[in-house]
Amino acid sequence: MSVAHTETVLKEATHEIVDAWDRTTSKRRLYTIIGLVLIGIGFIGSVQYADEANAGHFFERLPHLFDFLQWLIPNDWNDVWRALFGRPSPLANGSEAYDFASGRVYIWGDFYIPEYFELMITTLNIAIFSTIFGFLIAVPLAFMSARNITPSPAIRFGARRVCEFLRAFPELVFAGLFAAVLSAGPVPAIAAILLHTIGALGKLFYEIIENIDMKPDEGVRSVGGTRLERIRFAALPQVLPNLISYGLLRLEINVRASTIIGAVGGGGIGEELRLAIARGFGAKTLALLLLLFLTIIAVDQLSAWLRKKLVGEHQFLLAH
Amino acid sequence: MTMINTFDRRDIETRFPELIHRTRWQRFGAPLVIIGTLLYVLYAVWFFNLPKMVHEAHWERFSIYLLQWVSYDVQPQFRVKDNGTIDIRYPRFSVLGDDPKQPAWIKTEADGSYSVDMAGGVHIGRTETVVNAHGTSLTIRTSGTAPAVVGAAPSWVSASADNVQVDLGLSGWLSIDANRVKVVKRFFGWPNFIFDSTSPFFGKSTGEVVSLLVSGDRIDPSQSNLSLAFDNFWNNMTWQHGDVWTKLFQTIVMAFLGTLLGAVVGFPLAFLAARNITPNRLLNSVLKRFFDFMRSVDMLIWGLFLTRAFGPGPLSGSGAIFLMEVGSLGKLYAEALENIDNKPREGIRSVGASPIAIQRYGVLPQVMPVFAGQTLYQWESNIRGATIIGAIGAGGIGLKIWEAMRTNDNWQNVAYMVVLLLIVVYVFDMISNKLRSAIVGEKMI
Repeated sequence: MSVAHTETVLKEATHEIVDAWDRTTSKRRLYTIIGLVLIGIGFIGSVQYADEANAGHFFERLPHLFDFLQWLIPNDWNDVWRALFGRPSPLANGSEAYDFASGRVYIWGDFYIPEYFELMITTLNIAIFSTIFGFLIAVPLAFMSARNITPSPAIRFGARRVCEFLRAFPELVFAGLFAAVLSAGPVPAIAAILLHTIGALGKLFYEIIENIDMKPDEGVRSVGGTRLERIRFAALPQVLPNLISYGLLRLEINVRASTIIGAVGGGGIGEELRLAIARGFGAKTLALLLLLFLTIIAVDQLSAWLRKKLVGEHQFLLAH
Repeated sequence: MTMINTFDRRDIETRFPELIHRTRWQRFGAPLVIIGTLLYVLYAVWFFNLPKMVHEAHWERFSIYLLQWVSYDVQPQFRVKDNGTIDIRYPRFSVLGDDPKQPAWIKTEADGSYSVDMAGGVHIGRTETVVNAHGTSLTIRTSGTAPAVVGAAPSWVSASADNVQVDLGLSGWLSIDANRVKVVKRFFGWPNFIFDSTSPFFGKSTGEVVSLLVSGDRIDPSQSNLSLAFDNFWNNMTWQHGDVWTKLFQTIVMAFLGTLLGAVVGFPLAFLAARNITPNRLLNSVLKRFFDFMRSVDMLIWGLFLTRAFGPGPLSGSGAIFLMEVGSLGKLYAEALENIDNKPREGIRSVGASPIAIQRYGVLPQVMPVFAGQTLYQWESNIRGATIIGAIGAGGIGLKIWEAMRTNDNWQNVAYMVVLLLIVVYVFDMISNKLRSAIVGEKMI
């Protein structure tokens, strides 16, 4: 072959490659542009729609955005601490804005828990209790949904649909329904969060369980292990750290959820916060925000630390 | 299971000593955690006073309310007048309309009395009401000053001084006074779902409605029958389709807008927060704490503040989701950026590319699928979140559901909205799964 011939062949080949590359990139670019334009149109449309449907409009209310800082600033900064720890305020005038000492819960003689701590404990207890029970119910449900553990398609189908239903059903409606049955308070909130937790964890768990290594399972089966023994000695040791860390993640989510459910009438700190903001009690709002914020940070940090111990660095989705 | 003998055990012990000689934590950790959990559960049971709550709960309401999700009653009242005739009245807002015709399940007998097609048949006469139900026939005399059950009253009848209540199970109940019989007949289904009783199309069969729409004369001279029908449907007083659908749309818009804005703002911040992209420790940790802060303050608190600032509505809801999402997505993006493979970046840097080009060609292709997947996931879960914060006034369907539940007699509307929400959640779940697997190429947890 002559050098000139080789060169022409190479040139043609290069040409073809460059052409193909240009074609793919221009196609991809086109898709990207179409996608971005669609998102842009959706964005502008949504902004206008949301602005129109809102009671106050964005640009009209923007100058007043920081108005709330005015009522948020307490007349006496020490009132924040007094509100937090249930000490009487020197500004007390009989109104609800300064009745810090009225909600104390006396435990023993003069020893009391301040109202806000009691409310925070209620909210935390709702979250922890429903996470524990949700976890305990989700684990067997997940094993029933996993293809590699449960051979019966009927059981699998049923268990999966239960999980999906509980996960998709709005927590708000569970809360309302149980509030009608159990009377308002923290117990309907527990029921609502518990049911949602079962669904959310069950779905996550069975995906984890389906990805286990089946060799230990074969080992247990080869020595005549029953299904329970296979789950206990082959499957559970592989998945337990993962399950517990997702349970801890769920606890973080549930602390927030129980605050929100509380705000719509489930008791706990959420309700108090909503009332304090709605009525413009600056010192009370600040005290509640401080307590809530510190608690959420503490729960998140503790859970992150435990998760790190259990499974090391692992990316988690912050799913609701 | 098969047992192993001592020799096997020794053999295993020499090969895997760490399995036999375990640390204290390994041996006692699990039982301690279990005991701790049990103690906590006992404490929580005491704290919430659960036994009392469960004991005092009105569990019967549960089945009543759930039944109301899919059924409705019609409540005709039969009143014996002084001249001996019986007339039928319906309460206001009856599903049959204001001045209804006599329905087919009430028959007028020759002597002016009425038969109601309920349970085994209820016959309402001038002086007595005969109920055929639960396999027997029961006569309640209404001629005196108070209703009286003839014979022994069975368990499904409860009589007080001037009133007799007859429970007919799923088909309804009767309340009988001296000269008045109130019938509550239960029907399954959602009544007047398309047209309410004020609509000119009310009570017409599907065929009649279709022929009116296609070729009928204009009912309202100012608009076509089709637009009138749509107007009547959209403003249906019982089901409020228009309002429900608008609010549902608001919820979706809130989630879309909040998540998109969060992504747009979180994206550049994540590059500054990632250790390996921006080698400035102070900036990294300041931004990460900022993300934590935005996330910890949470949708609820942002929502409460924004509803005070902008008034209730979807703008406040979108804002609340946006502010939280800046934290969530920023954190997720930064974590994804810190987990990238460094080699493509080095390759691109080695040919002398500008810093922007390094990010564009060395980093973005690696993280884009992860970013897109997580953003879609957050959007989907924010639809659920937006429902809840709607109930505190941040716009969307949440408040409507909450108000419908509050009144306790509107469970059908709750069911309607729940069904719509479930459909929306499933559809978005499906779309986001499709998009995710198209972008990421494989299933992500």
